[in-house]
Amino acid sequence: MASFPWWPQAASGYASEVDFLFGSLLVIAALTSGLVFFLLLFFANKYRHTSNADRSGTTKKTWRWEIGWTTASLLIFVGLAVWGANLYVHLYNPPPDALQIFVVGKQWMWKAEHPGGQREINELHVPVGQDVRLVLASQDVIHSFYVPALRIKQDVVPGRYETMWFQADKVGRYHLFCAEYCGTDHAHMGGWVTVMDARAYGDWLKAQGGEMTLADQGQQLFRRYGCSGCHESGGTVRAPQLEGVFGSPVPLSNGSVVIADDKYIRDSILDPKAQVAAGYAPVMPTFAGQISEDDLAKLVAYIESIGPSGGRAAR
Amino acid sequence: MLAPPNLSYLNAKTGIRSWLLTTDHKRIALLYFASITFFFAVGGIAATLIRFELITPGPTLGSPDFYNRLFTMHGIIMVWFFLIPSIPATMGNFMIPMMIGARDLAFPRLNLASWYFYIAGGIVTITALLLGGVDTGWTFYEPYSTFYATGYVILTVFGIFLSGFSSILTGLNFIVTTHKLRAPGMTWYRLPVFVWSTYATSLILVLATPVLAMTLIMLLVERVFHVGIFSPQLGGDPLLFQHMFWFYSHPAVYIMILPSMGVISELVPVFARKPLFGYEFVVWCSIAIAGIGFLVWGHHMFVAGQALYASLAFSFLSYLVAVPSAVKVFNWIATMHEGWIHFDAPMLYAFGFIGLFTVGGLTGLFLAALAVDVHVTDTYFVVAHFHYIMVGGAVMGYFGGLHYWWPKITGRLYPDYWARFAAILAFFGFNLTFFPQFILGYLGMPRRYQSYPPEFQVWHVLSSAGASILAVGYALPLFYFSWSILKGKRAPANPWHATGLEWTTPSPPPPANFEETPVVIRPPYQYDREGNPLMQADNG
Repeated sequence: MASFPWWPQAASGYASEVDFLFGSLLVIAALTSGLVFFLLLFFANKYRHTSNADRSGTTKKTWRWEIGWTTASLLIFVGLAVWGANLYVHLYNPPPDALQIFVVGKQWMWKAEHPGGQREINELHVPVGQDVRLVLASQDVIHSFYVPALRIKQDVVPGRYETMWFQADKVGRYHLFCAEYCGTDHAHMGGWVTVMDARAYGDWLKAQGGEMTLADQGQQLFRRYGCSGCHESGGTVRAPQLEGVFGSPVPLSNGSVVIADDKYIRDSILDPKAQVAAGYAPVMPTFAGQISEDDLAKLVAYIESIGPSGGRAAR
Repeated sequence: MLAPPNLSYLNAKTGIRSWLLTTDHKRIALLYFASITFFFAVGGIAATLIRFELITPGPTLGSPDFYNRLFTMHGIIMVWFFLIPSIPATMGNFMIPMMIGARDLAFPRLNLASWYFYIAGGIVTITALLLGGVDTGWTFYEPYSTFYATGYVILTVFGIFLSGFSSILTGLNFIVTTHKLRAPGMTWYRLPVFVWSTYATSLILVLATPVLAMTLIMLLVERVFHVGIFSPQLGGDPLLFQHMFWFYSHPAVYIMILPSMGVISELVPVFARKPLFGYEFVVWCSIAIAGIGFLVWGHHMFVAGQALYASLAFSFLSYLVAVPSAVKVFNWIATMHEGWIHFDAPMLYAFGFIGLFTVGGLTGLFLAALAVDVHVTDTYFVVAHFHYIMVGGAVMGYFGGLHYWWPKITGRLYPDYWARFAAILAFFGFNLTFFPQFILGYLGMPRRYQSYPPEFQVWHVLSSAGASILAVGYALPLFYFSWSILKGKRAPANPWHATGLEWTTPSPPPPANFEETPVVIRPPYQYDREGNPLMQADNG
């Protein structure tokens, strides 16, 4: 209670850029509201009904003023729109070789799964100075992954993957919140993001063990759920082979082409008839409601690991 | 002054039936005043409990579920049962016919029906809240509302659905009235700006409310019959719900603020004894806000997972809709230039409105900036922003209008000293309540949290302290208005030296408003060089 916190920590270069935009907006807002308040009080005093101030100069050509302040507002606003949009677009362009971590939200916890198989709940450990890409899924309702120190937030909508990325440049522990109301313990669905230097991060990964990488766990599931029966060579049913597929274009039976990214893989497991690969019969049964988001993440990691680049997740 | 009052709409008939079955727009306005005051009190009590709860970082009054139901109730009551109907259904109902020189609204019985829809919706919703409430938040996001919410979702949603008909019928009535019932000489550009504002509001009411009705029906169909529309578990799309919900609920913000802007556009020229600066611009800004306001709903969804290009477009359009609001503020200020400014209570509320609306509008620029919105959306920054617009703006305008038209409505004056004191108290209480929430929001405090990290506590305590002052500011009018009804001095026909038609009739007005239909000879807000009003119509 003793101190008055007034500005949040900034743990990334992006956060500082948002701060700069926010600060500029503050200056504009202060100048504008300052002008409004000043004129209000100035006129209120000067032209109070008991004063003898000169009132002879009644302005006739009002449209000049109107055009003046309309144009001024418009120009400033358009400038702000462009500035804010420019930074925002940055969030949609993750660097290609980011460290990928799966995060599943469910009432009321965040569960993170690292590529090496390490798991943690309501905590996220990441290395400093390295690009990190989160693939987010929700098991039930909409949640929102929010790290104020990074100035980023992403709603996690059930039924689809959302992604977000960041590069933390300051070691420390930062709040992690759920920002979309999700029920009883919404306020407790959160914890900490810990940014560590590379060595500490390596030690942490080792200490966490992670008996098996995410991709290896996915491979086990690939057999357990019976995927391998069709999707591996020698299968009984003619189905697409999945080696080398990840990240490459897939022609579909309706003539269109999609990139086989994590969203496509996930959708193909849950709703296989929606996007059927060209030349194959739509015979795969749906797995909707049978595989949890955790396991889906592992399966996706496995498919990615047998992709052409060996997969980031396999490192 | 002590002479027996003339025949007025208040004493023309007596008995409970004469009120509950009335088709007089003035009496219906009073029915709305009474019911809206009740709902404002209920929503205000919920707000008080919320601020109590947030004084400590942990649970203070009850369980998390209690808190979730509390803020849901506060939102639902305040949005649909206070703010949406507030000015249009009360002052709009009372004043539009009087300002345009008509006997009544175009459809008096429809007007009564709309009050009954409002009351029916209110009773259903209050019943749901008394039975145990609902924990969805006022936004009913999917799939939470169908499969995860506990409580009386169906009943609450049905109550809101019912009250929507009240909005639609009122809007329809105002549109037709403004088109068809203007007195001779009352051209469109001679209409008081308040009429233009409620006209623009009515367009939104009629066009947007049906979308809310459809959305709520779909929600019910999904929750009751498990027909997949919004829930991914049933093959639906949760974002579809958000699109449909905000397609109504963003224009709804303009339903709340436009009438208030109309009130301020009346108050400033009257208390500055000067024509409104840039009348045509102010008028067309209202229409522009109503129009562009339909194209900005996606700014509620910048982090919700909508397409990048959708976000870019919605951000740009949100900046565009801010321009007419800014233009209005400049015009109000310019009106004061070289005026003869009087500081009666309504004008103090107008000052409060302009100041608070400016802050609310400027912080809207922060939220429209995409990268900033990513950080502050769903935090207290948003909470502070929309309270500056809806409480600092809409409610200040409501009180300003109430104090302005009170003598006309009741035929009584109120103690000006206390009214000015209440206005100033509300202004400072409001700022102390909500300014700290901007800081909390940028620090990262998410909304709808009963518990929060201890470092945020200092700002929450300040906010709660401010709320206690604000509560006094809002409660005071109850006392001096009650006193005014019982003991207040009789009001003259035109106590504020205003120019509109409503001030040419006695206070309170006779049942038929005007002895004979007035003939309008000049635009509103005209004063001679000494600040004496030039009435829009010469009486009689």
